[in-house]
Amino acid sequence: MSGSAILPVRGPGDRLSGLFWRRPRVLLALLLTPPLLWLGVVYLGSLIALLVQSFYSIDEFSGVVKEEFTLKTYAELFRAQNLDIILRTLAMAALVTLASAVIAFPIAFYAARYARGRWKAVFYLGIMLPLWSSYLVKVYAWKLILAKEGIVTWVATHVGAGPLLGRALDEQWFGGSSLSTSPVGTFIVFVYIWMPYMILPMQAALERVPGSMLEASADLGASRAQTFRTVILPLAMPGVVAGSIFTFSLTLGDYIIPQIIGNSARYIGLAVYQFQGTAGNLPLAAAFAVVPIAIMLVYLAIAKRMGAFDAL
Amino acid sequence: MHSDSASPALKIAAGAGLLFLHLPILLIFLYAFTTEEKSYQFPPPGLTLKWFAVAWHRADIWPPLWLSVQVAAVATLVAIILGTLVAAAMAQTRFFGRDQISLLILLPIALPGVITGMALRSAFSVMEIPFSVWTIILGHATFCIVIVYNNAVARFRRLSGAIVEASADLGANGFQTFRHVLLPNLGSALLAGGMLAFALSFDEVIVTTFTAGQQSTLPIWMLQELVRPRQRPVTNVVAIVVFAVTFLPILAAYYLTRDGDQTAGAGK
Repeated sequence: MSGSAILPVRGPGDRLSGLFWRRPRVLLALLLTPPLLWLGVVYLGSLIALLVQSFYSIDEFSGVVKEEFTLKTYAELFRAQNLDIILRTLAMAALVTLASAVIAFPIAFYAARYARGRWKAVFYLGIMLPLWSSYLVKVYAWKLILAKEGIVTWVATHVGAGPLLGRALDEQWFGGSSLSTSPVGTFIVFVYIWMPYMILPMQAALERVPGSMLEASADLGASRAQTFRTVILPLAMPGVVAGSIFTFSLTLGDYIIPQIIGNSARYIGLAVYQFQGTAGNLPLAAAFAVVPIAIMLVYLAIAKRMGAFDAL
Repeated sequence: MHSDSASPALKIAAGAGLLFLHLPILLIFLYAFTTEEKSYQFPPPGLTLKWFAVAWHRADIWPPLWLSVQVAAVATLVAIILGTLVAAAMAQTRFFGRDQISLLILLPIALPGVITGMALRSAFSVMEIPFSVWTIILGHATFCIVIVYNNAVARFRRLSGAIVEASADLGANGFQTFRHVLLPNLGSALLAGGMLAFALSFDEVIVTTFTAGQQSTLPIWMLQELVRPRQRPVTNVVAIVVFAVTFLPILAAYYLTRDGDQTAGAGK
């Protein structure tokens, strides 16, 4: 072969390729600049605007936002009715997360350890489709189910549990004239909507439990239940915690579900929505929006300690 | 080792869990055919097809539908471009700040929508930007990036680095390699990511209520009907449309990425 081993440069494309080859950092910078600009300016910029807004306050007489630094708006969060909203939301998020873990675990466990071939695909789609399908349509479906004249009441009367449902609805804590106007209804719908987000991290963690450990456990004489309790559950725990990040965080901020199903008790998301909308109190809405961020930062720090990030 | 089949209790719990996830959606379909328009009576007193015709002729449904399609299309396009760029950068090199960037991409979808929405709302207020179609798109594109990114980065990881080197050895420059080697292998993953992003944007309501002003997307129209119902079965017809527009891309995305292992150069 005559001539050099290096091909002649055919144009700017080749020259640029050469540059990228010699200096990979240039290519990296070029690739990263547009998306980082977008996320940095639009998203981080907005989060900073949110923080700034939360340190403003509103003039009580004119209703105009005063653009001066103050902690007054944050102090308002500690008023009894606002503190109530925050505590109610936290309790709901915790309950929803617990219930989701209980319902999601068997699905994830079966999908990870027993489903093979066609069933594996059935489980995968069976988890992904409800997770991805329209949020609003799912909430609407529950409005139909929980309505006073709806299917739950119909089933209850036909299996003879009608009086039981009636008595339960009369209870103070159950509240409301039908399930669709009671906090229990809100809870059911929260679980339904956010539970699928828990299954996938759980399943991933369960799939990583090595089969050899289960065999070793059996060889050492452990029963099925013992193996589950002492080997599988501890190893799957990071996945459970990773999944709980989603159910907890998404429940904290949801404001559509309590608006449509429930006794119009307020949650953090609803408070944010109402203060920025009809009340026109942007600073207080912003301060309320900072609450879930702060809670999630603490939650994530704990989750990280429990090894949840390796399971994501 | 104990027997390798699941205990009956586990089978029942897993099956019941899956049923719990799927049965409610079926009711949406049933109620679109009911003759009762004032309540959610079960079982429906009678069945009719007339609500599909009524919905077709309702003038207030078409503009929101069109707006939703436009917003989802533009947001998806932006997300595909930005998501692929990050995926390309993250898949191949390790660099300082890599973990921070992956967190930044994930945040818009991991934090509750109300925070993203309220943050954007604050930014528009501080910078005095009036609401428009573009403010909606801005929000949607931001949380769609992660969807495309997830699909693209998984495919990038499976692609063997050897095919890129082979392409260079055969005299292709970076752009030719991208056009003739990378793109055909990435294609289905990008399509799948794009379709999921479209579905997510088409259906989004939480962020949109904060960034839309007077504009009404289809989910916002539906939300108003849920709070103040008029003809309930018409809402069900629209719900079926929304469900179909989100369901079909998910299914298509699954089939597109299912055979993702069979990318060029993965045989070794």
